Amino acid sequence: MMHFEFHVEGGNFTKAGAASSQLKKILKQLNVDPKIIKRIVVALYEAEVNVVAHAFQGDIFIDIDTEKIGIKLVDQGPGIADIELAMQKGYSTASSSVREMGFGAGMGLPNIKNNSDELKITSEVNVGTTVEFVTYLNQ
Amino acid sequence: METGNFHHALKIREDLCIGCSHCMVVCPTEAIRVRNGKSVLFGDRCVDCGECFRVCPVSAIIIDHDDFNHIFDYKYRVALVPAVFTGQFPEDISLRQIHSVMLELGFTHIYEVENGVEILSRAINDYTESHSENKPLISSFCPAIIRLIQVKFPALVDNIIRLKPPLDISAHFLKKELLTLGIPAEEIGIFYVTPCAAKIAAIKDPVGESTSPIAGVINMDFLFNKVYRKVKQQNGQSCAIPVSGKLSGKATCWSLTNGEAGQVGGRCLAIDEIHNVIEFLEKIENEEITDIDFLELRACDESCAGGVLTTSNRFLSVERLRNHADSYHENDEPAHPDAFRKITSESEYLNERISIDPIKPRSILKLDENMAEAMKKMEKVNRIMQLLPMVDCGICGAPTCQSLAQDIAQGEGSIQQCIFIQKIMEQKGEMSLDDSVEVMQSIWGFGKTNKYRDIKGI
Ligand SMILES: Nc1ncnc2c1ncn2[C@@H]1O[C@H](COP(=O)(O)OP(=O)(O)O)[C@@H](O)[C@H]1O
Ligand SMILES: [Mg+2]
Repeated sequence: MMHFEFHVEGGNFTKAGAASSQLKKILKQLNVDPKIIKRIVVALYEAEVNVVAHAFQGDIFIDIDTEKIGIKLVDQGPGIADIELAMQKGYSTASSSVREMGFGAGMGLPNIKNNSDELKITSEVNVGTTVEFVTYLNQ
Repeated sequence: METGNFHHALKIREDLCIGCSHCMVVCPTEAIRVRNGKSVLFGDRCVDCGECFRVCPVSAIIIDHDDFNHIFDYKYRVALVPAVFTGQFPEDISLRQIHSVMLELGFTHIYEVENGVEILSRAINDYTESHSENKPLISSFCPAIIRLIQVKFPALVDNIIRLKPPLDISAHFLKKELLTLGIPAEEIGIFYVTPCAAKIAAIKDPVGESTSPIAGVINMDFLFNKVYRKVKQQNGQSCAIPVSGKLSGKATCWSLTNGEAGQVGGRCLAIDEIHNVIEFLEKIENEEITDIDFLELRACDESCAGGVLTTSNRFLSVERLRNHADSYHENDEPAHPDAFRKITSESEYLNERISIDPIKPRSILKLDENMAEAMKKMEKVNRIMQLLPMVDCGICGAPTCQSLAQDIAQGEGSIQQCIFIQKIMEQKGEMSLDDSVEVMQSIWGFGKTNKYRDIKGI
């Protein structure tokens, strides 16, 4: 069992993707199947970008064992009032300036769901959001 | 030390190497270490990009090619030359002069590699249309890039276009053409004039294909010297009419940056220089960049014009080739009666042979085949990293603190190689001075650690 933590700054798009790049390096070294690495990295990247785009700051906690990889993002931010609505493809509250940067297509949360085996989102408005997902390695 | 099972054209000559570590520092795959005062190559990590060759101050890194006299083992001696070869010469030396001197040197035929482009460019466009599931598709042109993807980006091997590069297509055509003329196979010797080490490695140890029709390889700098000297001595009095037709503009520029990307449909990007390529592939792998249809990736700056075996300044070579391309008109050149037919007259035959087998990943990044073992090693690497100074000074004989830590975890190094650790261990009485000098000598050799005379006089 290995544990890793990363911090994410809200609003800093130049650093979005830093944690997913790091995790990718780790998983390559652990000889995880490239196809599974891809799924995990895509899911984490989307979750990371959401913290950058929508929240003030957040922390990422990653647990790796030989069976599965569990990732948890805890952020301080506006929270999500209607999670079911947010999960819908194409739904986005991203500002036009965020869209101009190439983010905010409303596909982030659906992509996280597609690229993970279990997904749990909890949120409290004006406090923050917790996104947790698990990917199994031997399937 | 693992040497790997891959052919490398790059060799380090132990008798010449002075152990200066310049090569170790620039290697983009951290494939070099210094031991006993000499650079040593980890064969499984090397991608034959030739960055080490460029920086070696004493020419101890060599690119192993065939002896020129080897061409005389064959009755029919074909020089397969890339367009950048012409780009090596000053403008006032014509293609005709260059070719006629090559015939005098012993070749019986000359054929330009980029003729194969006439077959390939169509095949690529068909391929990109029918393989949209593997986007972005990556060109198979540069063999150093294929190897880089195999070792460092294993997840992207399926994105590499499984079509032969122009070199292989032209070689197949030549062989077919000469056989058709009734020449026995054993009398045909096709010799490729290479601008780089990676092409040699690809010919001697083809990735995704079992055999190559090419009999041997000659380094471009070697042939350039031979030809240029003779041209100078003859003082311009030439020469035979060239047997091969002129390349089209598209074909002439194919090996230059944007040569392919400019010819393929959809959103295409051309990236040259290996570090630029690595940076971009990281983003592709993370899917941070999407919607690209085709990627032309080349290991050298200015692509083949910047090949490690080129002599001329790469920007001047590019200028010359672009001028050639601009001045091309289809009906300019009278066809020589002995010329080979147009390559497109064998389209069907060549298209049947244009595919290459799937390219297999061979990751150098994994710490162990077994994940539980790899996790143990990673923990060890992380513990060692806590102790190292993180200055990447290279005194330990490894390019970075991280690579030393990995070597130790793999049982191929010891923590006492670190000069900072040595000092502290000496201070604590855990290591004797003699032992620490011995460690230094095992890395840098006796000479460098034994220069001390009398430093007071300095
Ligand atoms: N960490 C978060 N904090 C607050 N709101 C979020 C967070 N993640 C997602 N959301 C909300 O859910 C919506 C949909 O998210 P997503 O599918 O990633 O699309 P996008 O990020 O492109 O808008 C966002 O527009 C935003 O309103
Ligand atoms: Mg999003």
